[in-house]
Amino acid sequence: MAENNRAVVRLKEKFAESILDVTEFRGEVTVTVKKDGIIPVLAFLKQSLQYNLLTDVTAVDYLGKKEDRYMLVYQLFSIDNKDRLRIKAPLAESDGRIQSATQVWRTADWLEREVYDLFGIIFENHPDLRRILMTPDWVGHPLRKDYPLQGPDREPYKGRLS
Amino acid sequence: MATTEKMTLNMGPQHPSTHGVLRLVLELDGEVITKITPDIGYLHRGVEKLSEHRTYHQVLPLTDRLDYLAPMSNNLGYILAVEKLLDIEVPERAQVIRIIMAEMTRLESHLVWLACHALDIGAMTVFIYAFREREVIMETYEQISGARMTSNFFRAGGLSMDVPPEFEKKVRTFVDEMPGYLDTYEGLLTTNPIWLKRTVGNGVISAEDAIDIGITGPALRGSGVDWDMRRDNSYSGYDTYQFQVPVGKNCDTFDRYKVRLVEMREACKIIRQALDRLKPGPVLADCPQVCYPPKENVYNSIEGLIHHFKIASEGYPVPEGEVYQGVEAPKGELGFYIVSDGSSKPYRMRIRPPSFVNLQAIEKMAKGAMIADLVAVIGTLDIVLGEIDR
Amino acid sequence: MGVDNPLGDNIITTSLDALVNWSRKSSIWPMTFGLACCAIEMMATGASHNDLDRFGIIFRASPRQSDCIIIAGTVTKKMLPVIKTVYEQMPEPKWVIAMGACACSGGVFDTYSVVQGIDEALPVDVYIPGCPPRPEALLFGLMKLQDKIMKEKNSFGSAIGLGNRITSAA
Repeated sequence: MAENNRAVVRLKEKFAESILDVTEFRGEVTVTVKKDGIIPVLAFLKQSLQYNLLTDVTAVDYLGKKEDRYMLVYQLFSIDNKDRLRIKAPLAESDGRIQSATQVWRTADWLEREVYDLFGIIFENHPDLRRILMTPDWVGHPLRKDYPLQGPDREPYKGRLS
Repeated sequence: MATTEKMTLNMGPQHPSTHGVLRLVLELDGEVITKITPDIGYLHRGVEKLSEHRTYHQVLPLTDRLDYLAPMSNNLGYILAVEKLLDIEVPERAQVIRIIMAEMTRLESHLVWLACHALDIGAMTVFIYAFREREVIMETYEQISGARMTSNFFRAGGLSMDVPPEFEKKVRTFVDEMPGYLDTYEGLLTTNPIWLKRTVGNGVISAEDAIDIGITGPALRGSGVDWDMRRDNSYSGYDTYQFQVPVGKNCDTFDRYKVRLVEMREACKIIRQALDRLKPGPVLADCPQVCYPPKENVYNSIEGLIHHFKIASEGYPVPEGEVYQGVEAPKGELGFYIVSDGSSKPYRMRIRPPSFVNLQAIEKMAKGAMIADLVAVIGTLDIVLGEIDR
Repeated sequence: MGVDNPLGDNIITTSLDALVNWSRKSSIWPMTFGLACCAIEMMATGASHNDLDRFGIIFRASPRQSDCIIIAGTVTKKMLPVIKTVYEQMPEPKWVIAMGACACSGGVFDTYSVVQGIDEALPVDVYIPGCPPRPEALLFGLMKLQDKIMKEKNSFGSAIGLGNRITSAA
């Protein structure tokens, strides 16, 4: 199934050493690549396979669940071919850096700033890597799993269950 | 030659025409904008973090409050993502009602957009008219869900309840009247010389730039890209309905205005087709692991009560995996990316907000324009800060 | 009482107070301070169907011209300094309405970035519950504020610089 996807076939030809995993779940194809190979893969997908729209960039924090703590997730869409593809890149906690996708799509600018703000992942060669949602003097990165929901300085309200 | 100093001007977060709490730091050369630095996050409520601590059922009310002009569209996007994870089928009647409500929501969102956009440019009358029509949609919301804005009406597997018998007549009357109202708005604006002066040639963005920045929805179609998720990446059975996707030519504010007005007429058409398909039947899937039992069972049998209690207190487990589901919300592609670890709470829920990505284009669209035109650009992007900041 | 009221309570001052209170309550000019979802209901209240103008309530865009601030929506920690600044820019006398669950108590957003109720920073006169409150609820809240204004004492004296305005609890 996933092996017949037009992008997966071409990626396996060209970037065999970068690809870590190819999965399909509910009809959605996910390709996991090494973080060093992310920009060539994304650029190839945009230029040669018409994945012209970068829908989303986000991250997932697998604290204590996976060896590599963070997973960068890129959602791609091709307006011409009307299909979607998800590219993921694992990131170790000790080395929370990855090349910025702003060189490929300008969309990535704010999306990566948000990931930096909420996860603390640093995007190298990003034109303007600042906090975007929180105040500039905010301490911590709220979407990390070890950041408490109510913030570090406040006890949760005890009147309800969550 | 005399030189003039650049001036820095702060616009917002408290400003009547930034549509919420958007802050823009402008660098001006006289009245011409040379640089725009948007500053967002004044409404960051931590919805993504909060939903990691809520069951799938409890996350639904939070989605209402993202794009508060289009609550049902948000509900739909989220529920479709959860249903994709659960892999359950939705009954026909529920599908049809979902489409009716999603299109009513599109009408509502576009009405508020038109009202505010026109008000910002100085056309007060349209604001008063559009809010009059919006009130009818709000009454429909209230009729079916009990709340005017935060409807919380869809459920994984269908709807929270069936619609009342008078729903069909009310909606049909409304969509029959709506094209007449739209003619009124067009009469007030489309040939109005002030409106034309303010919108034609304002905020131009080419199709290539729009795709590169990632704009979606009417703003992208105004730039001539023929892409609508309802037609091209269909969900909820939209591909079985007949409707046109309007596309602009000149990539300016006026074209985006035209695109949205045509979209409202098309929404009325979709609703009319959906009403014709509305047949009696169940509105909730036969899936006891996920769906609440009917209220009669809860009140009259101990099994029903236990069943209800279990789902309400523990939630339902969702298979491990990750899905992305996008819907064509009134403002563009609204996506929900949910990572499930097999428990009854999302491990990570990411909301892909259309306004957030669209707002990035503001620098491209308004740089070099006069400061008064910036207000028109903010209006034409149709942003909602609840969704940008989440 | 310990409250400064040099004119005292007599028939002349109370009549003058009533006149001042009546004119204040009949022209509450709120600030357009829309923060989130409630702002849309606030707009709906001001628009055609509910028409706030009949109460003499006209939204002003500048804090310098307003005497009431309706906190309509979620107050975040990033927004709070801005709200305080705007509140301080408003001339006396001024009143605060907390509209909606978020402004009253933080509402459903019990998170790291949300202020749990605007009363942590501003003196709130009227709380309007609801998520969001219906336009009728906002109208009722504004009428409650009018009642409260009518009960104020020494408003004439304070207006000419003698003593302070005395507000009662309800």
